[in-house]
Amino acid sequence: MTPLDKVEGRAIPFGLKNVDTDVIIPAHWLKTTTREGMGRGAFESLRADPDNLFDSADFKGAPILIAGDNFGCGSSREHAAWALGDLGIRVVIAPSYSDIFSGNAVKNGILPVVLPQSAIDRLMEVAATDPVFVDLEHQTVTTQFQDRFSFEIDPFRKMCLLEGLDEISLTEKSDAAIGAYEKALDADRPWMRPAA
Amino acid sequence: MTRPRTLYEKIWDAHVVEQRPDATCLIFIDRHLVHEVTSPQAFAGLRATGRTVRRPDLTLAVPDHNVPTTARLDAAGGRLPIADAESAAQLAALEKNAPEFGIRYIDAVAPEQGIVHVVGPEQGFSLPGTTIVCGDSHTACHGGIGALAFGIGTSEVEHVLATQTLLLQPSKTMEVRVEGEVGPGVSAKDIILHITGVIGAAGGTGHVIEYTGSAIRALSVEGRLTVSNMAIEGGARAGLIAPDETTFAYIKGRPYAPKGADWDAAVAYWKSLATDPGATYDKTVVIDAADIAPSVTWGTSPEDVVPITGIVPDPASFADPSKQAAAAKSLAYMGLEPGTRMQDVPVENIFIGSCTNSRIEDLRAAAAVIKGRHKADNVKWAIVVPGSGLVKAQAEAEGLDRIFTDAGLEWREPGCSACLAMNPDKVPAGERCASTSNRNFVGRQGPGARTHLVSPAMAAAAAVTGKLTDVRELMA
Repeated sequence: MTPLDKVEGRAIPFGLKNVDTDVIIPAHWLKTTTREGMGRGAFESLRADPDNLFDSADFKGAPILIAGDNFGCGSSREHAAWALGDLGIRVVIAPSYSDIFSGNAVKNGILPVVLPQSAIDRLMEVAATDPVFVDLEHQTVTTQFQDRFSFEIDPFRKMCLLEGLDEISLTEKSDAAIGAYEKALDADRPWMRPAA
Repeated sequence: MTRPRTLYEKIWDAHVVEQRPDATCLIFIDRHLVHEVTSPQAFAGLRATGRTVRRPDLTLAVPDHNVPTTARLDAAGGRLPIADAESAAQLAALEKNAPEFGIRYIDAVAPEQGIVHVVGPEQGFSLPGTTIVCGDSHTACHGGIGALAFGIGTSEVEHVLATQTLLLQPSKTMEVRVEGEVGPGVSAKDIILHITGVIGAAGGTGHVIEYTGSAIRALSVEGRLTVSNMAIEGGARAGLIAPDETTFAYIKGRPYAPKGADWDAAVAYWKSLATDPGATYDKTVVIDAADIAPSVTWGTSPEDVVPITGIVPDPASFADPSKQAAAAKSLAYMGLEPGTRMQDVPVENIFIGSCTNSRIEDLRAAAAVIKGRHKADNVKWAIVVPGSGLVKAQAEAEGLDRIFTDAGLEWREPGCSACLAMNPDKVPAGERCASTSNRNFVGRQGPGARTHLVSPAMAAAAAVTGKLTDVRELMA
């Protein structure tokens, strides 16, 4: 996973609320056995409109996406994160996310920044014409107009993003603890093993 | 005495392998369900890193998302090829990966094949008090039997395959209490649609919802699975319903369920899981069952719910400006005018199926409405897709298939089908579908498709009249 620290550039002033992962990547794009090339199907229904933001001269390839409440709701498809990544998006800024989407985003080196709606409103305004700056290390989103918004992030997620860590390797360090848990489980609740 | 705990807290505590300095815990996963769409990249990841599946015995794979629902075997019993090359490749990948990694596999033509969330409980693979994951957000379904079950992404699928654990932060808890008795014609689906309308599509974000109250306890296990299935539509990653005698009676004797002395020990344990008196939730919502009518969605978010007796709302009637904008967009997509009576909305397509509503009780409810009637002429496409081969066989033994086919509906093979339009079952652009599935998102049932979420009985009623219909009028 590519480490992420500072991201600056144009931010797509998308702003919609309850954007579901079917909108981010429709199901017919899920019939693949690889993670690559999903960007072509990203926001397909919206991009059918030739005047859409994503393909406009200003925002094509922009690294930041600004969205409304409950971004990434619905299906657990990680293809949504792959599609955003393939579009070139490294940061999403929204008031809230679905729990599954925000986890998928982090695992693919995409930072889900949570900011209040008032900050989103201001950033939408700036993003229309000017770049946005995101600093994960210092947990800030800033603009060249002296806007400065601080955001919270779980320390573990922050570390994974900053260092581009592979979570499976980390968990494998707990192999002994997992083995001990399995042994205790077999002793305490032997019926947990499938009977057949 | 220990602090009173909720059902969620008890299951969580029993699965902590390690607690990290922050609140993050390494949680043991008891059951991992795998299907063909969200697993190929995970298996490829294992292969690339030389990893194996830690607990193949706790992993069960079954194809469901893009298998066609038309006949799978020819007259001689040979397997028919899948026309769509990409779907065929995904299915082939699962068929190769399951034996290569030694995991349990129910193949596409096995009698037990079906939607993974129907198969898990039906096989007794899903049990109360367990942690269950699957690369599918409707894993929340298994909360209906009291399992902590939730959807995960493909990276997490790979993580669980490799380590049988997940790194998780504890969720907040939310109680949705439905007290009283529901009226005639009101099903589990109407209960959960109503709840989603009340709490909103993000109402449960960050929470696990426990459904409590007399109206929930009165539900069959099938009904409870329907309710918990759509916890995710209210933003909650998981739903829970405390296991009770209804649950135990459902599970007993199923193939993977505990037997003999193990059964008694299991039931004793399951009984200890109910939320303690005095335990508190972070949030509680109380709903009067008498307020719940047969319900229907009008928009493109599952929170867009009205009683069937209601009208299409005016976007200006919402207080939140972003909801006003979303509602206006929804209505444009849905081709609906504010003020239209829901009962005046014609439908050309009917879908009875999905992990929400494809169990035997659902098919019985739909058949009871449609028996002796025929679909309306304007209904062009009406399919009934049982949730599993075993549900299909049971329905056929009861003669339900004939009731549907006599009424002009098609009787199909099990799978996810038109719920998400990955296989050939799609709703044409611009047309409406009365659907028993769980999501009315833009393009969910096919590009441009307009979905109205309803119960199985309501879908059957719509098939008969050719428009959204109050099923109570056909019940008299």
